[in-house]
Amino acid sequence: MLTQENLNRIEEIRKRYATSQAALLPVLWIAQEQEGWISEEMMREVGKLLDLPYGHVLGVVSFYTMFHSEPLGKYHIEVCTNVSCMLRGSDGILKAIEHHCGVKPGETSADRKWTVSEVECMGACGGAPMLAIGEEYYEGLTPESTEKLLGSLK
Amino acid sequence: MERYILPDIPDYSAIDVYEQHGGYGALKKALGMKPEEVTDEVKKSSLRGRGGACFPTGLKWTFMPKQSTKAKYLCVNGDESEPGTFKDRQILELNPHALIEGTVIACYAMGITTAYIYLRGEYGKWIRMLQKALDAAYAKGYVGEKILGSGFSTNVYLHKGAGAYICGEESALMNSLEGQRGYPRVKPPFPAQFGVWGCPTTINNVETICNVPLIINKGWEWYSKIGAAKHPGPILVGVSGHVNKPGVFEVPTGELLTDLIDKCAGGVPGDKKIKAVIPGGSSTMILRGEAIEGVRMDADSLKAAGSSVGTAGMIVMDETTDLIRVISRISKFYYHESCGQCTPCREGTGWIWKILKRFELGEGQMKDIDLLMDIANSIEGNTICALGDAAAWPVQSMIRRFRDEFEKRVKPAAVAVAS
Repeated sequence: MLTQENLNRIEEIRKRYATSQAALLPVLWIAQEQEGWISEEMMREVGKLLDLPYGHVLGVVSFYTMFHSEPLGKYHIEVCTNVSCMLRGSDGILKAIEHHCGVKPGETSADRKWTVSEVECMGACGGAPMLAIGEEYYEGLTPESTEKLLGSLK
Repeated sequence: MERYILPDIPDYSAIDVYEQHGGYGALKKALGMKPEEVTDEVKKSSLRGRGGACFPTGLKWTFMPKQSTKAKYLCVNGDESEPGTFKDRQILELNPHALIEGTVIACYAMGITTAYIYLRGEYGKWIRMLQKALDAAYAKGYVGEKILGSGFSTNVYLHKGAGAYICGEESALMNSLEGQRGYPRVKPPFPAQFGVWGCPTTINNVETICNVPLIINKGWEWYSKIGAAKHPGPILVGVSGHVNKPGVFEVPTGELLTDLIDKCAGGVPGDKKIKAVIPGGSSTMILRGEAIEGVRMDADSLKAAGSSVGTAGMIVMDETTDLIRVISRISKFYYHESCGQCTPCREGTGWIWKILKRFELGEGQMKDIDLLMDIANSIEGNTICALGDAAAWPVQSMIRRFRDEFEKRVKPAAVAVAS
């Protein structure tokens, strides 16, 4: 259930667009920010709110890689392995992450502390290799600094 | 050269500092001109879009109908996701007010009262920086109702994407803004006739828009003399890969690629030889290291060299680089990002990646090299949007210019059978 505060935010956001459908991405962002992921129940609620069929909402959620229809671990480690990062050692970064978290890309650890994802270019090629945790970018990594970073997360 | 898009001024992202250095002066000046005079100034400046297609910006603005019974919209494209490209992020962080000022000037020139700046979802932190700058601009009357006491009003909203490369394609961006999957649209109709919600719409890249205040402030004649004559102005070049100091560098267009690598990015570590350079983001055609001599970062020079400026995201690869792995990774990207609407792209990108995976493992076959070329040729030009071409060009150019790299990865037994 969306909180009253978020429902108020959504009312404001809707005014920016000519149709209520256009508020879908911003509303899904708010929903995900509130719950950490977007459940079927939430998709149905968002659909009702914006007068959209559930199928449309599901179609949009499943199209965009940043919307999660499964719950994630406490820390979502996204490591870029695209060319600029690959050339500067993202293999070693990914290995360090797998070693520390005990999971492969696409998996969540049993204790639900880590979700690891291999992602496409994050627009930080000047700081390659890099990873992101939430909105924070960590750049110019080495396997050692990656290990240290992950070790600092409780 | 003096830097204009990313000036070397501390705290330039703060509105007071921006104003102290003449910020929002271009907006004041523009509001004193007729809208068509503003468009004309941009047209004469020869500014070309910085999002990849190098389309003349002023000309694009003239496509918008002057009289329209429908609302008109501006979408500023900040969905930068082309591998090797990281310039817009620098603008959001270091010079957000130039983006806001340019957006409002563009709206004034085209009679637009609503603009959306579409930003890639991964840039959450930088979107908040821009929102802060936008709030400050609203508070000072540079955006919103009756801007600076004139009769002109326009609203600017930020719209956050959610991790789809294809939404950087202008018609997919519009569908995404409308709350749909980011599927590109068939053109025509073009956005200026039938854009967001069926209304006249112009889409400009973030960096392109940041050039607009500069042109208005200094005049088209001044601007058109910077850099390459047919593709003038300052340009943000990202240099990444095997260089000592990767980063974004503001230079006049027409800078030598070798200078960008050696002087700006500090050369190649260990003074190794350069094997290959991707000059403008991963979709642009790869060049052999020895072929970049004398080539310049502008549309004409790179075209003559057999590639393109793209988003000016250069990826440098030294002599130790496994190019088969590079092209395999690039192909995986386009396969992942294909929206799936058009069969040649949806299927072809996957086939290409699977075949390249075999080469990566040393299990390629000689006939696969031609097969790869055939698939790439079948994608190019046969899809709704340019993602198909973007997937095909790197493969075609890699085979044309580095065929030996593929041949080296053919399985020995397969060689015997073929001969």
